[in-house]
Parts: sequence; C-alpha cells; structure tokens
Amino acid sequence: MTDQTALFEYLLRLGDNTLVLGHRVSEWCGHAPVLEEDIALANTALDLIGQTQMWLGLAGEVENAGRSADDLAMHRDVWDFRNLLLVEQPNGDFGQTLMRQCLFDAFHVELLTDLTNASDDRIAAIAAKALKEVTYHLDRSSETVIGLGDGTDESHRRMQAALDLLWPYVGEMFTPDAVDDAMRAAGIAPDLNDLRARFDTRIDAILTEATLAKPESAYAQSGGKTGFRHSEHLGHMLTQMQWLQRAYPGATW
Amino acid sequence: MTADLSTIWSWLDEVPDPEIPVISVVDLGIVRDVAWQGDTLEVAVTPTYSGCPATSVIAMDIETALHDQGITNVRIKTQIAPPWTTDWLSDKGRAKLTEYGIAPPSPAGGPDACPRCGGTHLTRISQFGSTPCKAHWRCDDCLEPFDYFKCI
Repeated sequence: MTDQTALFEYLLRLGDNTLVLGHRVSEWCGHAPVLEEDIALANTALDLIGQTQMWLGLAGEVENAGRSADDLAMHRDVWDFRNLLLVEQPNGDFGQTLMRQCLFDAFHVELLTDLTNASDDRIAAIAAKALKEVTYHLDRSSETVIGLGDGTDESHRRMQAALDLLWPYVGEMFTPDAVDDAMRAAGIAPDLNDLRARFDTRIDAILTEATLAKPESAYAQSGGKTGFRHSEHLGHMLTQMQWLQRAYPGATW
Repeated sequence: MTADLSTIWSWLDEVPDPEIPVISVVDLGIVRDVAWQGDTLEVAVTPTYSGCPATSVIAMDIETALHDQGITNVRIKTQIAPPWTTDWLSDKGRAKLTEYGIAPPSPAGGPDACPRCGGTHLTRISQFGSTPCKAHWRCDDCLEPFDYFKCI
C-alpha cells in the first residue's frame, strides 16, 4: 500500500464516519420527543455533514481522480464505505441514539485532538475546526446519557439496554490495521492504545455518573472501517440517502 | 478598477449576515483577509460552523456587493485555519446583537444578561437553537425566551 492510498483510505474513514452518523442523526428531524431535542439533533447532523464535506473533499483531492465530496458520498456503494460499524447502527429509541452519539463523541473528541497535531497541515486544520463542534456534541450527549441513565426506572432500563447493544461496536474504533499503522508512521494518526485509555477514562466517568454498568465482554465486531463486512443496516440506509443520485445520476439543481 | 483596501473593508462592512441581518460579515469576523492579486480581488472567508448553510450565501453576497461597486474580478477563498472563534465578533457586532434580542457570547459559557430586560436569572432551554451558532435560553425575570450566541 502506498502512502497516498493509505491516506485516501484514512480520509474516507474520517469522512464516512461523519457522513453516515450525520445521516442517521438527521433521520430524527421532525420526529424527536420534544422540539428542543429535534433542533439539537438536526444541528448535530448539520455539523457532521459539514465536516464530511471537508474530509471527503480532501479525500477526492488526494485521490486525484476527479471525484468530488458529493461524488464520493453519493456514487459509492456499500462495500466502498469505510465508516465504523457503530455509526451505521439504526437509531432505535431516543436513548439508543444518544448512547451511540456519546460513545462516538468520546472517541471523536480524542481522535480530533490528536489530529490537530498531524504532520499534514490540511488534516490538522480540518481537525481543529471540527473539534470545536464535536466538543459541544460530547457535552450534550454525555449530559443526556447521564440524565436518562440516572433518571426513572424506565429510562435507566432503556439506557442500559442501549449500552449492552452498542458496546460490541466500541472495540473496532481502537483496533489498528495496516492503514492506521501507515498513517501513524506518517505522523498523522495517533496511537490507538493511548486513545483507548483516554476514551475509557471519559466513558467510565460518564457511565458511573449515569449509574450504568459497563459490559464486561471485550468482544468486538469488526469489518466497517476496512470495508470487509458492514452490517446489513448500511445498505438500507444508502438506498434512502442515495436514492436521488441512483435514480437520476448526476442530477443537480 | 483597484479600490484601496480600507474602502473595500467599509463596503464589506455593509454586507449583512443572511441569518442575522443586523450584523455585517465583517462584524461576524469571518472576512479574514482582502488583497489584490493583479486585477483580481481575493477575499478570504472562514466558515462559522462547518455545516452552516449560510456560508455559500455569504460568499455570493460578498461577490455581488463587490461587483456592484465596480470590481469585476473577485475570488472568494475559503480559509479554515485558524478556526473561527466568537472572539472575532466586533464590539459593534456584539452591541447590535444585544439590541436585536440575541445575547452575545460570553466565555462563562452562558449569557451575562437577558437582552430584553437585562435580568440575570437565566435558564438554558436547549444547547442548540434556530441556527448552528445559537442556543436557546429563557429569562426568569421577564419570562421571555431569547437566543444566545454560542461561545466557541
């Protein structure tokens, strides 16, 4: 694998994470339990889609094959996506959506913090921009997880169920492969063991305050960021997200 | 025509933010640089939030305003580093926000006072608001809701 190929793959991972989660979160628009949460979710989705434009825009530049951020988002099929399995999981109930958000945000904040020191200035600049927004996302998702976890019997039960359901998707974020290793050698990507330790510190504090029990099993699903095997949910999501470009390729307005 | 830069800055200070029209794009701190490159005027603009849909409208408004002043060759350059911060809001912009009913950003993480009655008993309703740059608060003195310009 050349450095350029690894860089392209790495940028797809960053951009596909924000694209897929941004689309998932936007599915709540008009459906959230209260108006304020509806607006908060839509704003979070908007930030993530904005970050996607920067990451996939840079990916297209690095690939140098004439593909724009839109082309990469709308004209690839499921096997070409490089997002984590966690972010493609369905929304479930409101608690499950916020648990997924909190787990991703805690990882995202730490990752972006490290990427602001990347040896590639373009990556450092996007990371610094995104970090401000993502710090705000984590404030909100962690507060909500704490509020619902340490809430009523019903909300506690649902948050524990969401944590148990999503925990097997946490490990993938911290399991390095050849792309991660190449990017780390290039002074771009961080050490994922170190990232995991900081993630655990954050998540342990949140879960303790939320009176939720962290699952003991360390079993980790994999196959999202390598593209080896996505869960069945991503393909269904893409049929919605890419519908217009599939029916009318290249349509603009 | 190559107008001098201070005149150009004053023209740009007349271009309103499309979402909050009482402040200009210069007040907002998103115009980072203006420079002549030959006969082309290059304007560096930084986005507020990366997904803010007003960004492309702002670029178009700046181009239109400069064309109206007789500058034919305008190039808008997007500059994301260093990232935009609400510290770049001008004092004039902060005063106009308050007058308009939006509490200006405060490093304390919440508004200093209600922009309507000046009350200081305030409750956060939502961390987000009607645009990416705002949050929703309520004054417990006059009981009116108001927007707060988030501090980032």
